[in-house]
Parts: sequence; structure tokens; C-alpha cells
Amino acid sequence: MFESSLKQLGEALRAKKISSVELTQSYLDRIEQLNTQINAYITLDLETSLAQARAADERIAAGNTDALTGIPIAQKDIFCAKGWLTTCGSKMLHNFTSPYDAHIISQFNTAGAINLGKTNMDEFAMGSSNETSYYGTVKNPWDVERVPGGSSGGSAAAVAARMCVAATGTDTGGSIRQPAALCGISGLKPTYGVCSRYGMIAFASSLDQAGPMGRSAEDLALLLNTMSGFDERDSTSLQRDKEDYARDLGKPLNGLRIGLPKEFFTENLSSDVAQAVDAALTEYKKLGATVVEISLPNAKLSVPVYYVLAPAEASSNLSRYDGVRYGYRAPKYGDLADMYEKSRSQGFGEEVKRRIMIGTYVLSHGYYDAYYLQAQKIRRLIAQDFTEAYKQCDVIMGPTSPSMAFKHGEKSDDPVQMYLSDIYTIAVNLAGLPGMSIPCGFDANKMPVGLQIIGNYFDEARMLNVAHQYQLATDWHSRVPQGL
Amino acid sequence: MSLTTQDVEKVARLARLAMSESEIETSRSQLTEIFDLIAEMQAVDTTGIEPMSHAQDVTQRLRADVVTETNRRADFQAIAPQVEAGLYLVPQVIE
Repeated sequence: MFESSLKQLGEALRAKKISSVELTQSYLDRIEQLNTQINAYITLDLETSLAQARAADERIAAGNTDALTGIPIAQKDIFCAKGWLTTCGSKMLHNFTSPYDAHIISQFNTAGAINLGKTNMDEFAMGSSNETSYYGTVKNPWDVERVPGGSSGGSAAAVAARMCVAATGTDTGGSIRQPAALCGISGLKPTYGVCSRYGMIAFASSLDQAGPMGRSAEDLALLLNTMSGFDERDSTSLQRDKEDYARDLGKPLNGLRIGLPKEFFTENLSSDVAQAVDAALTEYKKLGATVVEISLPNAKLSVPVYYVLAPAEASSNLSRYDGVRYGYRAPKYGDLADMYEKSRSQGFGEEVKRRIMIGTYVLSHGYYDAYYLQAQKIRRLIAQDFTEAYKQCDVIMGPTSPSMAFKHGEKSDDPVQMYLSDIYTIAVNLAGLPGMSIPCGFDANKMPVGLQIIGNYFDEARMLNVAHQYQLATDWHSRVPQGL
Repeated sequence: MSLTTQDVEKVARLARLAMSESEIETSRSQLTEIFDLIAEMQAVDTTGIEPMSHAQDVTQRLRADVVTETNRRADFQAIAPQVEAGLYLVPQVIE
């Protein structure tokens, strides 16, 4: 059962070969068995999950089904879910039971999917290793000495350890793709505006985007069908016709033009990653694709631009945590300003405070033009590089992360080194493009390597097709960690 | 670029974050390193480039001026640190 894909499980449920209650209970049992080791989940609510499963079984009995009816899905703890503790990985929200559902949660509920639990994450999605979570680090199921990546590390580890059928994530600078790569699973960040941000706790609003994390491109397509769609409660949600993201999965790849940015294949790239990506490209050529070198000359500025824009927006978004209406309030304080300062200092962790400090500085009087405005202008240059590149190719490929999963503690004392682990993913968020990561091999330590596929705007169906055809020809995506 | 202790103290005050002397010093050295990384973008000539905030060429949607939210005060106050008679309690602001 733990080896079946979302699609297969959906078919088994609809054929009544298995009930959602059985399926959900099996996953809850597996979580109970593995979570002390992996720490992928922050919150479980067995009663609610099983009640949803019973309701799904009734729906199935009545023949009123959707592709996701009865499927247990792990939700990143950044999504508000009514009645569920929603912490965003922070002490600040340690007692926040959400009074409402995020748009994505209500979409899953409408489809009859089961909320299996809330997954661990870097605090307020700020991190690339899951080490900034207030609820303990997540362990990489391939080697528990190593990090799962971040910030959606709990979701990635849960999928890799088969502690859920699929999961959700969010990606501001690589937070779906990098953990997907490090945990050997598939993950997709859609075009900015495709999934509603309503009820998704804000980090950097102009970059944040939700997306699916799962075992295969085929599963991601089914998840994205449910997650996407216009929502008037998010002012940046795009009004577009509903798409079936699975419609092109079966298309052959003859004539596909793959662009390789020369800036992604430099000395910064670990040789194991380079080899695995090369082998994937050889496979794509066998499938009929051609490869063309492209250039993204401004991509090297992505990290500095991102570390102005994201902290600036975060410092503004996180000003709402003041200990007044919800969340943590310091036990002892003097006047109102003291209450704000103590609540925020005690409620936020180090990385979150660091980013609030950067953001407050770049937005402070006299610095706005030199930092925020300059960064927004370079952001356009970075986006224009992609527009130019897509005149020569259909998709862009390269590594997701410059190295494989690193050991716990290896980078946690050096913020700049940690920031550079997102060097290949950030430009995609800045441009607002869709990007995904799929497993494409292993390094000498048997740690997974991720291939990044970047599409043009609204090209998710094509990217999923490109990923699915590769997954039909290879079996990297179906490898599972041993000993769990 | 090198930040001073005063710079960091000022930013911490603006951000409403209380910091000890040792935290100010750690923060100062880390922020200096991060701003060295950010400094790379200062050399780029961006004359005539329009700042970008959204990837798509979209305009702000307008909606009809009608009430869309229901009153859920009790639900919202149930998760507040301190409330009384439907009000949020904070330390006295006006003498």
C-alpha cells in the first residue's frame, strides 16, 4: 500500500478495493512508528483525519468522487486549517488554532482529500535545512544525520519516508524544489499567481507560491488540478480558465528544446550533481530532445536581490505579530512598547529576527531607493533574461541545488553559506516562473540528486509532461530509503 | 560595508526587537557579512529599468463596496492572549 501512487490509490478507492479509513489509518500507524525518528510532523489529529476518511468513504459509496477523494495528504504547517494548530514552525504561533481555512485547504476539503497532519518546516519558511524550526529539526530519511532541506523539509521527508501519499509545500526562494531534491522526491512551484495565497502565512508576498510535493510528476499533476485556481481573496491571484495539468503527460518529447544556462554549470556545482544532471540530459536526448546552451547573465545577482526583497517584505508581513490579537505574548512586561519587544524577541527565532533586521534596515529612511527599488529593477533584468532564453528553448534544465543534503549543523552558524544553497532556485521566484525538481540519481554517499526543470509562464502542463516521460524511462523517483 | 552598533540598535528599535549587548554584536557582524553579499547589486546600472513587483502585467482588481465578511468576533477573540468584554487588553497607553 505504501508503494502505490496517488493515482493508483485513487483507482483502488473508487473501485472499493480499499477504504479511505483503512488507508488513512495505515498512514497514521506508519507516522506513529517513524515520526520520533524523522520529526516530519508537528501536529496530528487522528480523530479529525479519520472523520474526514469516513466522510470520503460515504462520498465514494455515493459515487460522488474526485481524483483526490479519500487520499491522505500532509499539509505544510504554513497553511491555516480551521480547528488545527497552525504554527508556521514558530514559537510565536505555538498556540494558534486557526479559525479559518486557507484557500488551498478548502480546495482539498471540497475534493474530499484527508488532512493527514501538519508538517514541520523552517520557522516562517525562512531556511534551507529545516534547522530553524521551533519544533526540532527534520531528519533526512536517506540519512538521518543529514538535513532534508527547507523550508518545506517536513513535507519532503514525509513523502520520501512514505509517511503520506503526497504533501503540500510553499516556495519563496526554493522551498519546494530544494527539499524535494535533497529528499529524492518530485516537487513543483507553479507560476506566481496560479495558487491562492489566502490563508498561507505570509513570508515575502511577491514571491510566495504554494505547490504540490509527491512521488511522481503524474501525482503532482493531479494535486495541482485541485490546488490551482482563481480566488478573489488573494489580490495577486490570476483570473484564468481552469486547466487539466495532466492533459499532456503522455506526449512524446520529440523535438523538445532544452536550454542549459551556462551560469548554472560552474565550479560552484558539486561534481556528483553535475554527473547526475549530465546523465539525465543524455536520457532526454534518447527521448528525442535537443540541448542548446543559453545564458542568464543576471542570474548571479539573484541571491543579493532576493536577500533585499524577501527580508523587506518579511519585515513588513511579520509586524503583525505583536502579542495582542493572537500568538505568543511574553509573560512579563512593562508598557505597551515593552510588551511588543519582549513578545517578539521571545517568540521569534534567530533566523527570523535576522531577516526582520535586514528588511527593516533596507526599508528604513534614506535606504529605500538604494536597496528595495534597486533590487526590484534588477529583478526585472533577471526576468528579462528568461524571456530572451525562451526564444531559443522550450524548457530550461539544470541542477536544483549545488550540493546534496548536508549534515545537521554544517551550515547553521553561517547564514551566507546557507543562503547560497538556493543559488539555482531563487531566480525562478524572482521571475515568477514555474519550476520543479525531480530525482535524477544519487551521489557517492547514496544521497539523492535533483534535476531542476524551469518552464515558461503557465507552462506547468508541459513541464509535467517533460518530467513524466523521464519518469517512464527511469526509476529514480520510485527508489525509497532503506531501513525505515 | 560595515554597520555600527548604533545602526543595529536603531534597526532593532524600529523592528520592535529587544536585544542584549551580545546579541547586538552578533547581529552586527552577521548583518555586515550579509550586506557585503548584497553590495554586489549596487554596481549594476539600472537607469531606465522599471521596478518589478509582479511577474504578470496585472492591475489591482476592484470589488463592489459591499460587506463580505461575517462577524466572528467570539472566534477570533478565543485565540487572543487577553480579552475582556469583547475588547483586546494591552497595557495602559493613555494616562
